[in-house]
Amino acid sequence: MGKFSFDNMNSMYLDVLREIGNIGAGNATTAIANMLNLAINMNVPNVELRAVEDLGGAICAEDETIVGIFLEVQQDITGSMMFLMKLDSAHYLVNRLMAGMGSENDPGVEFSEMELSALKEIGNIIAGSYLSALSTMTNLTIAPSIPFISVDMAAAILSVPAIQFGQFGDNALLIETEFGDDVMIDGYFILLPDEDSYDKILSSLGIAL
Amino acid sequence: MAEVIKVGMADLKIAKNPDILTTLGLGSCIGIAVWDPMTKIGGLAHIMLPDSTKIRNNSNIAKFADTGIDELIRLMLQAGANKNKLVAKIAGGARMFEVSGATTVGNIGEKNAIASKEKLKQLGIPLLAEDTGLNYGRTVELDCSNGNYLIKAVGKQVKTI
Repeated sequence: MGKFSFDNMNSMYLDVLREIGNIGAGNATTAIANMLNLAINMNVPNVELRAVEDLGGAICAEDETIVGIFLEVQQDITGSMMFLMKLDSAHYLVNRLMAGMGSENDPGVEFSEMELSALKEIGNIIAGSYLSALSTMTNLTIAPSIPFISVDMAAAILSVPAIQFGQFGDNALLIETEFGDDVMIDGYFILLPDEDSYDKILSSLGIAL
Repeated sequence: MAEVIKVGMADLKIAKNPDILTTLGLGSCIGIAVWDPMTKIGGLAHIMLPDSTKIRNNSNIAKFADTGIDELIRLMLQAGANKNKLVAKIAGGARMFEVSGATTVGNIGEKNAIASKEKLKQLGIPLLAEDTGLNYGRTVELDCSNGNYLIKAVGKQVKTI
């Protein structure tokens, strides 16, 4: 059983996780900028602990439709991670990626199969670059699975990480990042390492538990 | 005028005719609705995990199927509901991402549904209907005036069970 728990986390652990969030989100943003050939600005990510019960409404109204991309993580660190976007951000990004061939930025329009596939790829690149930053920092091998996507009510998608965190404690770690050019995109990362993997991450960064 | 009472994640509440109990965006969680047709007292629990005994941190009893249902029934009986009249309906327990069923993320919804049904059976409360599984989120409403359990999902028709 891991020693780490969000419920007895001191400010140093939170700083370390915040820094991982910063570097990971920075990497991910650069990857998106390259993919879309954009000069992208980015704000410092906001890392916060949330009570598990409040996670469903942490991004927007609980019944608002959002896009969630989920990947499993294997090898030295096991667990999973999620990248979440609001519907208008997802429409904007996918439309940029498809060079205006996507549906309009109308949140009411359902994504086509091709758009869903493009979104998965966006999620894949964002999450992959995030994980590669974590891997470089910790010198641990981290291999992501193929991405899975869900376009559904925020609380329903967020029930997945809420349940994962809920098995270990009462808090979840949510990393909010904002990037864009003329239009700013809000994205949210949730890292879900298995309990033992937190110890591994922290100890490989030289943090004694 | 009916009041709409919101139940959060890992939360439970009871209400009386003509009020409505609702919980928004059930994913892999389960919304367990219990109703007494005599007194028209209803209860709704939004549980996240199947079994409190498997988890170290289990202080919030509304988080688990076993302790959550026990507490819901206790509150309903305290409010005057008849134990032998209670009926139940459940919804939720989806697999939100199409990952392998062998992982926690892949099978927690199904486990939650099974645990909820087992607990109801153990308490002798008949399960009248269920809308569980599949891969989408559900918003539910229990109407305490008639015991109807309304289920809304993105891009789908509203259904009543």
